[in-house]
Amino acid sequence: METTLKTSKKRTGPVLFSNYQQADGIKKAIELGRENILLELKNSGLKGRGGAGFSTATKWMLSAAANAEKKFIVCNADEGEPGTFKDRVLLLEYPELVFDGMVIAGFTIGAKKGIVYLRGEYEYMLPSLEGFLNKMKEENLLGKNILEKEGFDFDINIRLGSGAYVCGEETALIESLEGYRGEPRNRPPFPVNTGYLGYPTVVNNVETLASIPHIIYKGGEWFKKNGTDKSKGSKLFSVSGDCGKPGVYELQWGTKISELLEIVEAKNCKAVQVGGASGVCLPKSQFNRSLAYEDAATGGSIIIFDESRNMLKILKNFMEFFVEESCGQCTPCRVGNTKLLEGVDNIGKGEYTFSYINNLKELGKTMQAASKCGLGQSSPNSFISILDNFKEEIFYSNRKGIKNVKE
Amino acid sequence: MLVVEKNNLSYEIERMVKEYGSDRQSLLQILQAIQKKYKHISDFAQQEIARLMNIHPVEVYSVISFYSFLSTEPKGRNIVRLCKTIACDMAGKDAVETAVKRELGISFGETTNDQRISLEYTNCLGMCDEGPAMLINEKVYTHLDPEMAVNILNEIK
Repeated sequence: METTLKTSKKRTGPVLFSNYQQADGIKKAIELGRENILLELKNSGLKGRGGAGFSTATKWMLSAAANAEKKFIVCNADEGEPGTFKDRVLLLEYPELVFDGMVIAGFTIGAKKGIVYLRGEYEYMLPSLEGFLNKMKEENLLGKNILEKEGFDFDINIRLGSGAYVCGEETALIESLEGYRGEPRNRPPFPVNTGYLGYPTVVNNVETLASIPHIIYKGGEWFKKNGTDKSKGSKLFSVSGDCGKPGVYELQWGTKISELLEIVEAKNCKAVQVGGASGVCLPKSQFNRSLAYEDAATGGSIIIFDESRNMLKILKNFMEFFVEESCGQCTPCRVGNTKLLEGVDNIGKGEYTFSYINNLKELGKTMQAASKCGLGQSSPNSFISILDNFKEEIFYSNRKGIKNVKE
Repeated sequence: MLVVEKNNLSYEIERMVKEYGSDRQSLLQILQAIQKKYKHISDFAQQEIARLMNIHPVEVYSVISFYSFLSTEPKGRNIVRLCKTIACDMAGKDAVETAVKRELGISFGETTNDQRISLEYTNCLGMCDEGPAMLINEKVYTHLDPEMAVNILNEIK
């Protein structure tokens, strides 16, 4: 019985999918030294690719400056956002980028240990990833005195998650690594100061780490050539839904949604969900917006809906997801998501007044402000944007002629 | 549970605690290993883990109850998890779901009488471009259609 997963498509792209020889980045990093690596990184303008968009150079500088006997690099491979699968592609097809990135990170901030937090659903990758790590050890790219550099020790362990979306939040991920329930912590203190076991910890997304070897080897200037003023470089977009060619695409930041739709051969497109279930749903009139941190921000998830889809059913699917995945620690998120789901059900039954709808939207805004972590702060996004952008369909029409989402 | 079984389980847990370490950060790994081997983490196992790691049993229970891949109730030999998130839903999850339920005669959340298969839903498997998708234990199956899904399930022991 073989799995039916297919990989190994030929991929091309300006940055991540460009040519790279394993260890080139590490060699260059040793040559540059810690300060120059940080300068190069700062010059590149790389921001976190998980969605939050925090400057990677700042994160590294803070933890490099921290004084501690141990430091950790954590690769956040707990990719749970609906519609995101770029990390799967990177880990299966480009593990050298991710692991080289971790080694360079360890060298720069002075960490001796790296941990990959791999989501439980990706357990099938474990044999190939561990095989790859062993190969790196044989080639002296991991272990003691890496590439003959005195005192440059680094090791990578892989730890599995166990099916919890919230563990993608960095402090929840650290709780989980420490053997606790994956409930987010208060921030500050941030993990760069007080992270895994209380030591300074850099938590970076898989894609962020995979960009590092390219930036170090080819330079920040080269990286900056792509993208916009505020969003440098390129981004992997995971495209799914109603289109001819779903898959992972590497495109420049600043690409317009309409351009992306053309590339993936989407026809009769009604709406695009940018940023997964926690992102926003954009109607046709906003397809001229560009994908960038400063405009339509995304961790890479693009889900396309064509004219036949029922937006309310889609919203219900999203809200059910959040009700299940909320960790339940803080009230706005635990109760708020349940109330929003109840609202979606009531709208579906036609049992609503507009003041009720407005109250729910207000509740959504309260959740955005009052929730403890990113989950509750972003879960009302799709609720508010779908009700605002598709009110004709949801409230004004009798919905005849619109097929079920499940068709 | 027979005394012999209890002793075996204790021995096994002791071995795992030795292998992973008795620090708190090993707890999740130990739980995952027990879940994999015994398909659930029984009350007795929880107490044994707590004793060997020097924490309260309720700490162990609280971690198990948090993660959806860990369970205190016995599961079948194979756990089938069908993705129900939006992209798989749109790609035809419902048809697969109905076919699988009919074939096995159980609904989701249940285990077949012969303990062969437990059916569960799961959230996004990261296979959105290749849906509908399901996990059987740790293996992933994509581009499912109802017939194919049923054939795959009938093959597993």
